[in-house]
Amino acid sequence: MASGYNAKEEDGHRAGAAGPGESASRSRKPDNTAFKQQRLPAWQPILTAGTVLPAFFIIGLIFIPIGIGLYVTSNNIREFEIDYTGTDPSSPCYNCSQTYSWNSTTLCTCTLTFSLNQPFEGNVFMYYGLSNFYQNHRRYVKSRDDSQLNGDLSSLKSPSKECEPYHTNEKPIAPCGAIANSMFNDTLELFYIDPNETRTPIPLMKKGIAWWTDKHVKFRNPGGSNANLTAVFQGTTKPVNWRKPVYELDSDPENNGFINEDLIVWMRTAALPTFRKLYRIIQKKNNMTPTLPRGNYTLEVTYNYPVHSFEGRKRMILSTISWMGGKNPFLGIAYMTVGSICFVLGVVLLFIHHKYGNRNNSSDIPS
Amino acid sequence: MAREIGEAGDAKSSTIKKHKRKKTKKESKTRIVHANILYDHAKGGDNPNRHYANNKIKTTKYTLLSFIPKNLFEQFHRFANVYFVFIALLNFVPVVNAFQPELALAPVVFILSVTAIKDLWEDYRRHRSDKEINHLDCLVYSSERCYVEQYWKEVRVGDFIRLRCNEILPADVLLLSSSDPDRLCHIETATLDGETNLKQRQVVRSFIDLFDPLKYNSVIECEKPNNDLNRFRGYIIHRNGRRDGLYKDNLLLRGCTIRNTEEAVGIVIYAGHETKAMLNNNGPRYKRSKLERQMNVDVFWCVIILLVMCLLFARLRNNKYWIHITHHVTNMVTFFPFCHFYMGFICPLFLLCSQVLIPISLFVSIEIVKICQVFFIHQDMELYDEETDSHLQCRALNITEDLGQMQYIFSDKTGTLTENKMVFRRCTVAGVEYSHDANARRLAMYQEVDSEEEECLSHGGTLPRRESLCSQHSGKVVLRSQSTKSHRRTGSRAEAKRASILSKHTEKDITPDPQLLDKVNDCGSQMEFMRFHSQLLNQIPPDLCDVFDFFIALTICNTVVVSSPNQPRQKVSISSSSSLTTNRSSSQRACSSMLSSPSAESTLTKLNEEHFPGQGLQQAFSPVPPNYDQAKASAPDKCELRYEAESPDEAALVYAARAYKCSLVGRLPDQVTVELPHLGKLTFELLHTLGFDSTRKRMSVVVRHPLTEQITVYTKGADSVIMDLVRPPSGNELGKRQRKILFKTQNYLNLYAADGLRTLCIAKKVLSKEEYAGWLRCHLEAETAIQGREELLFESALRLETDLHLLGATGIEDRLQDGVPETIAALRRAGLQIWVLTGDKQETAINIAYACKLLDPEEEIITLNAESQEACAVLLDESLHYIQAKFLCGSSADPHAAKAFQQDYTALRFTGPPVCSPAFSGPSSPFLVHRLGLVIDGRTLAYALDKSLEDKFLAVARSCRSVLCCRSTPLQKSMVVKLVRNKLKVMTLAIGDGANDVSMIQVADVGVGISGQEGMQAVMASDFALPRFQYLQKLLLVHGHWCYSRLANMILYFFYKNAMFVALIFWYQFYCGFSGSAMIDQWYLIFFNLMFSAFPQLITGTLDKDVSAETLQELPQLYMSGQNSEEYKPYMFWMNMIDAFYQSLICFFIPYFAYADSNVDLFTWGTPITTLALFTILLHLGIETKTWTWMNWTSIAFSIVLFFMVALCYNASCPTCYSPSNPYWTMERLLGDPLFYLMCIITPIAALLPRYALLHLTVLRTLTIVFMYESVCKYSFWHP
Repeated sequence: MASGYNAKEEDGHRAGAAGPGESASRSRKPDNTAFKQQRLPAWQPILTAGTVLPAFFIIGLIFIPIGIGLYVTSNNIREFEIDYTGTDPSSPCYNCSQTYSWNSTTLCTCTLTFSLNQPFEGNVFMYYGLSNFYQNHRRYVKSRDDSQLNGDLSSLKSPSKECEPYHTNEKPIAPCGAIANSMFNDTLELFYIDPNETRTPIPLMKKGIAWWTDKHVKFRNPGGSNANLTAVFQGTTKPVNWRKPVYELDSDPENNGFINEDLIVWMRTAALPTFRKLYRIIQKKNNMTPTLPRGNYTLEVTYNYPVHSFEGRKRMILSTISWMGGKNPFLGIAYMTVGSICFVLGVVLLFIHHKYGNRNNSSDIPS
Repeated sequence: MAREIGEAGDAKSSTIKKHKRKKTKKESKTRIVHANILYDHAKGGDNPNRHYANNKIKTTKYTLLSFIPKNLFEQFHRFANVYFVFIALLNFVPVVNAFQPELALAPVVFILSVTAIKDLWEDYRRHRSDKEINHLDCLVYSSERCYVEQYWKEVRVGDFIRLRCNEILPADVLLLSSSDPDRLCHIETATLDGETNLKQRQVVRSFIDLFDPLKYNSVIECEKPNNDLNRFRGYIIHRNGRRDGLYKDNLLLRGCTIRNTEEAVGIVIYAGHETKAMLNNNGPRYKRSKLERQMNVDVFWCVIILLVMCLLFARLRNNKYWIHITHHVTNMVTFFPFCHFYMGFICPLFLLCSQVLIPISLFVSIEIVKICQVFFIHQDMELYDEETDSHLQCRALNITEDLGQMQYIFSDKTGTLTENKMVFRRCTVAGVEYSHDANARRLAMYQEVDSEEEECLSHGGTLPRRESLCSQHSGKVVLRSQSTKSHRRTGSRAEAKRASILSKHTEKDITPDPQLLDKVNDCGSQMEFMRFHSQLLNQIPPDLCDVFDFFIALTICNTVVVSSPNQPRQKVSISSSSSLTTNRSSSQRACSSMLSSPSAESTLTKLNEEHFPGQGLQQAFSPVPPNYDQAKASAPDKCELRYEAESPDEAALVYAARAYKCSLVGRLPDQVTVELPHLGKLTFELLHTLGFDSTRKRMSVVVRHPLTEQITVYTKGADSVIMDLVRPPSGNELGKRQRKILFKTQNYLNLYAADGLRTLCIAKKVLSKEEYAGWLRCHLEAETAIQGREELLFESALRLETDLHLLGATGIEDRLQDGVPETIAALRRAGLQIWVLTGDKQETAINIAYACKLLDPEEEIITLNAESQEACAVLLDESLHYIQAKFLCGSSADPHAAKAFQQDYTALRFTGPPVCSPAFSGPSSPFLVHRLGLVIDGRTLAYALDKSLEDKFLAVARSCRSVLCCRSTPLQKSMVVKLVRNKLKVMTLAIGDGANDVSMIQVADVGVGISGQEGMQAVMASDFALPRFQYLQKLLLVHGHWCYSRLANMILYFFYKNAMFVALIFWYQFYCGFSGSAMIDQWYLIFFNLMFSAFPQLITGTLDKDVSAETLQELPQLYMSGQNSEEYKPYMFWMNMIDAFYQSLICFFIPYFAYADSNVDLFTWGTPITTLALFTILLHLGIETKTWTWMNWTSIAFSIVLFFMVALCYNASCPTCYSPSNPYWTMERLLGDPLFYLMCIITPIAALLPRYALLHLTVLRTLTIVFMYESVCKYSFWHP
């Protein structure tokens, strides 16, 4: 393993043999520096009761309040979730889920009703959630071409090999790859049902759901922002599973083509097999009325996305948001647990010390 | 592996040799050298020397073209590199579907290129130094009939070169001419063997006359190039067909420096890489340390873990959801055949994913840490010897941690335990002892009067004298308590102190014994009187005659070169032109002057003719000897003379003789000038010198006595040899006297040996002219023989050295080195077994052993002296039974049995305290019976090392606290080491200073050389070279311990770190359909080990001190932790693995639950995990670090900053580049996420909580002695 270090030795040896090159007069006495003599001033933490016990107590005392704070914050977040997969025959979407396949031409819609017991205030985020969908699968994650999505014209015409087998379908596919091909394409619409049975559609914001950097830096339409998308995408073909080509995703030119935010959100592959993705934002109206008041709602689903084959589930989630993100009590609980454990450990150690520690008095001398 | 490499290297060199041999075989089996000048007109075409290597040296390994392939080839000799390249290349296999195959190559390429650049740089340095050497100038005789300056590299075999004083020899040169009147050339060989004394080289016999290159037309036939510095054979064939032998005395070796000689001319025999110096230049050796061997077992376990993981996943992959997702995602048939194919690649895939588990960085880090350790050992002030301006050298760079695990130390005695600075202490002449009490008194004056020392001296005389002849009875176990000698030991600290004081004074200060001085004076005056009156000298009483002869022998029977210090390296005797006498006698000397052998005809002629007796007498008796320089005579004092001897004994004797006014003033090859009291300067014609060798154990000179004109042989040698050769004439009065002297001298010799003195006997023999002539003829025949010359010379010497007349004996003290007893005591307390293997005789060895506290006076000694194999077997059995009996007794398991044994062995010569005394049942480990010493002599050792007895021998030896092997040959030394190493499976260290220790040093796990006075061979063979024995204590106890504990902890930490990191990916597989994808970005995955977490661990691995140096020195017991491998035990590996898995669970599942069912994407989730892992790993290191210096803090801070900087830059640099793992703007976004910070706080604490608590509990429970000690120290410091 040390084959490389022989030269130093040889040199020493050779210097001797060479003779004249050597200045023998210089003393070889090592420098008396703290570093070279390994006498650097050092702190030696010794794990004595005097140092360890306070640490445990302090950790405990800090963590428990943080945990409680987090827990309360999380609990204040409103969240509503509804599964519309339609596996259960009683579900309105049962028919759609049974009959649907990628290739069917007719649209299948189903309507679900639900009620919110508490008003949702502030901006409400609408997610779709998928379960058992392995967006993090190794081959799946690779199957995209970032250059193409960034508007590179050559990549548009000849997508990266990584996109195989969704690389070309006679013509190059735009956007290529398995991720784009499997894009979530259900349409969800939300209606508020007044007490007087009138359905008011709730305005859903399409824009602002993707990361700003993604929308403006990472994803770009080929040929700049003003170009005619239809012309630009001439010579490419839509992904196999898509109904419409990429330039017809939306009518708004700011949200069409590769910079369509639904596409961008989908392209950011989820870390875990059960995930949710931001679908729409319901903006708060004003300070007086809640964004989503208590009451009944209907969710109208255009059921396009098949999950039956992999036993997946589809959900729609409504959630408000706090400074720490969505509803998740875990961290609060974790903090409280760790804090309590530290505290208990501290007590136990204190007990042990009290009982057995006396004979080791000398060890308690702090460093 | 290292050994294999070593063997490979050997094999390589041997193939090179073979290659060369093949080449030379075409020509002949020997090398034939013609003078180039004869072939100048032929322009090299038919120059017979053209096949020989030229003098251009090239020590570089590579050329510009061969660098890349050759360097890569060399690097791939290491298994690890091949493994890593293989893994990296697997990434390129398309079915494996690596994210970024190029990136996986990066670390391997990085490591390979760093090594390559380092090699390149070193090679460049070598190239530059080669160039420098190749362009040195020297004078070469050219076709223009004169000497011209040429570069060294242009020198060819067969060239005549002229060398001036203080020039360095460019090649191996046969000396043809010298400006010295004696046809000598002095060289200093310090660069070859480290010996600083001058050596004489001699002009080839046939070129005594002035040498003229033009007239040269002889052919030299000599050996092929070889690396034996001390051998050169060949002959020179003159045109007239006469052959003359060539010896090593005629050869000047490359690298030596010409001294004292104004000019010398020679012909190049070997040039460049074929010179002996270059052939001797082998690089350092590679060994693999015990820790590394242990580590490799665990690397193997890691591979097993990996494979298990792979197979598990391959199994789980068949799980339905993965099929479904693939089906769903693709919906295309093309995907399906792929799936099966790629299932077969699941293992390589996981190897890729988990290449982190057995990382490149482990090996690199170990290398770096070792280099740093070597640096610090080098820099230690306490291992620096001011006197010689030398410090410890680490020649083997990768076994530093072995120093912390030694169990057995094998030490040489002379020069290692002792100073090898000889001081003349006592002598006996003609049966009368001269104790030189004044010396002892003077020694006592250097310190406070040490009463015990006096007692020691006086007591020495009353010790029961054991006849050495009787002590060799076969089958005798001597078990005796040494309590009678205890008084001597109590003073040993004082003795050591005295030794240290003494060492400041040289061996020159000797106060003569007044009685003996009187006798010398008396004798001198009588002789002068008789010479003046032309009376016969044999009227002097025989004892006075013996005294006189004794001192003459001391003065001339040696190879000491005289020089004077104010003119360093300048010979006192004059150069050619200064003296008339030289010119006068030059013709005469021209045919007679030869160091060892005058040319046959001339000497014989001289003998027969007995020419010019008057002139010869006159010359011999002239107050100014012929070779005497007036200028020198006027020099203020003869004390200015300095003697340079090849062995320190010789110098001591010459200085001793000078104290009696018998001083050596000049030595020439054919004569020795001696200044004697009253007689003035006398010149002895030196006829022969039969040099010292280890088989004969004696040296002789044959001189013509100037006063009596008798041919006299003076012999000096080991007492055992000389005493056998002394033959007192039988019957008459003289014989009786001789026998009496012999008897008395033997007694005194035993006494000297008992005092730990080195003894030498001096004898003489007077030859008649006929006897001498007869012997000379045989001897000349032997000298000119080419086949078996050594054997013939040996036999010839044996013929001469018989029937000697004993003159006396000397006792020389070999002083203990500073601090040897303390060092040995400390090492022993550290649990090291110390064996002393020496070539000295038993009594001397035992006494030195007592002096250095190796043997304890209260200790029993088992002495094994056997005459035959059977006797040895019996002895071993008896000792074994005896030890067992005592062991049983010590454990008091069965007192009756013990008693029975005891009774059995009262038959043995057993004198000592009762077996069952409490002293013996003290703290003893089950195998070691303390307080037992074993002394074995060389002959018995030879029997004991036999296959049939070695186990018994070991059984006996291992139960003894100390073992002393006397009279052992170098081979036996290495056999003992090998036996212990292989049979007991222990770590062995051999320490020695001389050429006779080389084999032992090479065999041991760690070889330590003392860079002392006996040359450099031991240092060259060693792994570590120390200036002094006492430094061994700090080297082992402090540096060894540190190196071991640092490296052991670092390796454990490394395994933990990588296991923990890999486990994160492992857990993820359950959430990504076992597809082998990773949430940690490829860049982080690869650079995590290489950069982010590398520095703090390197700093800790280099600087951490579990115990301070002072504590380690004070409590040598701490060393045992290394011996028992306590810092790195197999269970620790598994404990670390379990801890790693626990910590990775925390680091994985806290983010998992924190982000469960959220819109987090792969890398926004993976980056926090990486960060958390980094924090946890660093904090873990923090817990493990025992000493925090600012460097630790800096390195940890640097690691964290580095990680964030790299992450931020990387995440902001390019939105499309790192496809497909595109973490664009991830880190930036995370830094705005409060969840991220919350996780960063809780995860490391939760992960390290168990370890911290457990550590605290263990500290509480098992307060180690270190801890106690340090606390007490601090306590007492505060409360004085």
